[in-house]
Amino acid sequence: MRNPDRPTQDSVQPGRRWINVLLGSGVVASIVAFLYPAIDYILPPPVAESTSRFVVAAKVDELKNNAGKVFKFGSKPALLVRTTEGEYRAFSAVCTHLNCTVQYRSDLREIWCACHNGLYDLEGRNVSGPPPRPLEKYEVHVQGEDVVVTRST
Amino acid sequence: MASLSRQVLEWLDERFGAGSVEEFLRHKTVPVHRHTIWYYFGGMTLFLFVIQVLTGILLLLYYRPTPNDAFESVQYIMTQVRFGWLIRSVHSWSANLMIFTAFVHMFSVYFLKAYRKPRELTWISGMLLLFFVLGFGFSGYLLPWNTLSFFATKVGTEMAGSIPVVGKWLLIYLRGGEEVTGATLTRFFGFHVAVLPGAVTLLLAMHLFLVQRLGMSVPPRAEQAIREGRQPARVMPFFPNFFLRDMMGWYAALGVLGALAALFPWELGSKADLFAPAPAGIRPEWYFLFMFQTLKYLPAKVLFLEGEFAGLLAFGAAAAVWVAVPFLDCKVGFGRVTRFFTGLGIFALGYVAVMSALALR
Repeated sequence: MRNPDRPTQDSVQPGRRWINVLLGSGVVASIVAFLYPAIDYILPPPVAESTSRFVVAAKVDELKNNAGKVFKFGSKPALLVRTTEGEYRAFSAVCTHLNCTVQYRSDLREIWCACHNGLYDLEGRNVSGPPPRPLEKYEVHVQGEDVVVTRST
Repeated sequence: MASLSRQVLEWLDERFGAGSVEEFLRHKTVPVHRHTIWYYFGGMTLFLFVIQVLTGILLLLYYRPTPNDAFESVQYIMTQVRFGWLIRSVHSWSANLMIFTAFVHMFSVYFLKAYRKPRELTWISGMLLLFFVLGFGFSGYLLPWNTLSFFATKVGTEMAGSIPVVGKWLLIYLRGGEEVTGATLTRFFGFHVAVLPGAVTLLLAMHLFLVQRLGMSVPPRAEQAIREGRQPARVMPFFPNFFLRDMMGWYAALGVLGALAALFPWELGSKADLFAPAPAGIRPEWYFLFMFQTLKYLPAKVLFLEGEFAGLLAFGAAAAVWVAVPFLDCKVGFGRVTRFFTGLGIFALGYVAVMSALALR
């Protein structure tokens, strides 16, 4: 006598196997449906990227020659440098290596990341240490009393 | 009095099963040989973990996990709450000592080959516990929301983001967004006080169950000496002999913790400023220093890989080999394979020590 509740492998009828497949995939699909909202919940909703293309980074008399300052550009830090010749340069202050915030080193006349000793020159090019890419460069204009930094995109 | 306690014991026995507690206490023994001292480090790590749970609960009474409040609430604990400085300093010191004793425990188990059959799962559960403990350290480090921890978290999560394909998702999952912000703080708080404690409790139960079921491992050399009759197979009862020695160690640890907390209260630093440059001399906690120093030496590109990903890959592969060591070093005895793994352990220990020393220079 065959136990109807516990069919052996060779005694399963094709129809019964189909029912197992359908029930099984139904259960799996429902579990996916239960998990999907939880996984989606874990990932935060995207924050609208700040679209401001320009910002007043400093006042003209704020920076001496051979000095730098980190300012807020949208949601990210940026760096304004005044060279020894008095020229303004601006870059993204986010190190291309691991996301630390860089600073201007007046003793080296270069841009330095304290986290892993990365160095960039005053064109933003990565010249030594681990950074893989140059810093993004911004345009700088002096408008009256304001030093205005603009990004192209 | 004696008859009352006997009655209570009998009452409990009727419910829990005949003599189970007594059986447990009487039958557990600890082997005695020249390496017995290393058996104390597991228990010490467990004790420090209990200290972490207790002081952590106390800190929860005043700590507030938001970017506007976190730093100020820790400052409040340190300056206003009575004995707040003590509780927080003990929490920080005990965390560091716990990671230290966990590492000592791991290396002693490794070099004494205690992972060999049948204790493979004890080793694996122990390694997972160590990874979770490092997770505790990493997530807890951010909670005071100071400058150092802010940049350490930026770097640590950015490294996770360098993994191809899943890295971006992992980074957003860890940070609660594209950048390290208040959302990251809230998330790390959740990991630190809910996710990790839950996971560690389960793993710890499994680890202790395995230790209890399989007993203490005797190092191969001592085992051989006993087999050849050169050394008697001495044991001491776990209860009360070994347990009392454990307690002496724990009592001393409490004294050390109190002294460290009083003489070297844990610093708070300055509040994290999202738009300030990374300060000079920045570095992570000592147990991540070897990875940090390796990152400094790695060039931007290693072959065709990004430098930090190459480093992550190398550390990941090393960790995988380390976890799988009971299966790789499967004929533990005195052969060439087992000597190779001893050498590997010495190399690992040396690498960590040298790199950490270079980072502290």
